Amino acid sequence: MTRADQITFDGVSKKFGENVVLDDLSFGVAAGERVTLIGPSGSGKTTILRMLMTLTEPDSGTITVDGDNLFQEMRNGTLVPAREQHLRSVRRKITMVFQQYNLFPNMRVLRNVTEAPVHVLGLSQDEAEARARELLEMVGLADKIDAHPAHLSGGQQQRVAIARALAIRPEVLLLDEVTSALDPELAAEVLDVLRDVAKSTSVTMLCVTHAMKFARDISDRVLMFNEGRIIESAPPAELFDAPQHERTQRFLRSLREES
Amino acid sequence: MNFDWQTAWDSVPQLLQGLLIALQATALGYVLALVLGLAFALARRSHQAWLRLPVAFFVEFVRSTPLLVQLFFLFFVLPTVGLELSPMWTGAIGLGVHYATYTSEVYRSGIDGVPAGQWEAATALSLPRRRTWTRIILPQAIPRVVPALGNYAISMFKDTPQLTVITVAEMLSVVKALGSQNFQYLELITMAGLLYLVAALLIAWPVRIAERRYRKENA
Repeated sequence: MTRADQITFDGVSKKFGENVVLDDLSFGVAAGERVTLIGPSGSGKTTILRMLMTLTEPDSGTITVDGDNLFQEMRNGTLVPAREQHLRSVRRKITMVFQQYNLFPNMRVLRNVTEAPVHVLGLSQDEAEARARELLEMVGLADKIDAHPAHLSGGQQQRVAIARALAIRPEVLLLDEVTSALDPELAAEVLDVLRDVAKSTSVTMLCVTHAMKFARDISDRVLMFNEGRIIESAPPAELFDAPQHERTQRFLRSLREES
Repeated sequence: MNFDWQTAWDSVPQLLQGLLIALQATALGYVLALVLGLAFALARRSHQAWLRLPVAFFVEFVRSTPLLVQLFFLFFVLPTVGLELSPMWTGAIGLGVHYATYTSEVYRSGIDGVPAGQWEAATALSLPRRRTWTRIILPQAIPRVVPALGNYAISMFKDTPQLTVITVAEMLSVVKALGSQNFQYLELITMAGLLYLVAALLIAWPVRIAERRYRKENA
């Protein structure tokens, strides 16, 4: 971890009941870095993304983004648990794309994408729509602007969700198993879009995925998780081709057998 | 026993007047129940304990005590604190507040039925809380509870005879007034019953249509 890291986890632990999800975890991510989190399910990857999105609170430890402490704030010279207002301000530059897309079913595609730019960034309706059209074109859905989410395929819904996330001009993009609910063909559409995003923007990306080819293409670094700890961290070529840890080798072998 | 058709028929205009008053009380009370019930449901989801807890107590209290007692309370206690309302308004408020405790539960179930992912997506987009409620959560929560809300309109209408105790001139009051003159209760009650039935079916009609439409949309 260096001082220049945009995101830092320092001694973060989390238990759900008796189940230890994160165990005294420390790591950092530089601004603009693309990091893929891999590992068996239940090893804490998704919890890390959810913590950054302030959807899950750690039991202990410190998480910072651009030097701002996510879950604690200074008041009268002491560090106290953050209030809603503080969370609101620190998560503004962060956004997340979910496994189940979570589009707003009561809004057409365009409104899904313009809602936050208008009411969070304060863009005018025209500006927001122009930008939404650009983004929807980028994800290959320019012709679906007036569609209802329910009438789109899973892959299309997920691409709208990506456009919606990018519309708030995030500095950090969290991708939580965004292709796990999709057929291989639809997943490929989504991954192609994300490759474009990685190429054309400088957004920091934290990506939980089982799509190893994709991880290899976009990642600067891959973190292997097991039982709430990072057991191996290396550039993708290194980690995928010459994994050091026995657990990593076993995990990668099981993935290859699956595909 | 003889059924006097002439008396029955002659009572209809006056009964209809009573029915109109009952429908008026239902309409006023129902609007109040819809608005206040939503306010209760939202207050009970508030992060602010000073708002959430008193409202929760009030809702439980009102829901667990008889409407009739509440009507008496409003009718006799409000004037002593300087609030003089007409019997109609007192009745509408009594019905509205009582049924708001039911509708708030209906709203609550609708709100709970919106998937957690919708809240999480709103958080991921940093949407303001108010906007999240008005544009994302409630537009999904309310359509699915329209049939349940509608059923309370029918229940409320059937509770309007209780307003007779606070001198609202609804249909049961008319029956009593006419009956005290001619003692032909059989005819009066029968006609009132028929009119209640027709009115209740008319209120139920749009509710059934809403139910069917909702079921079709979610089939």
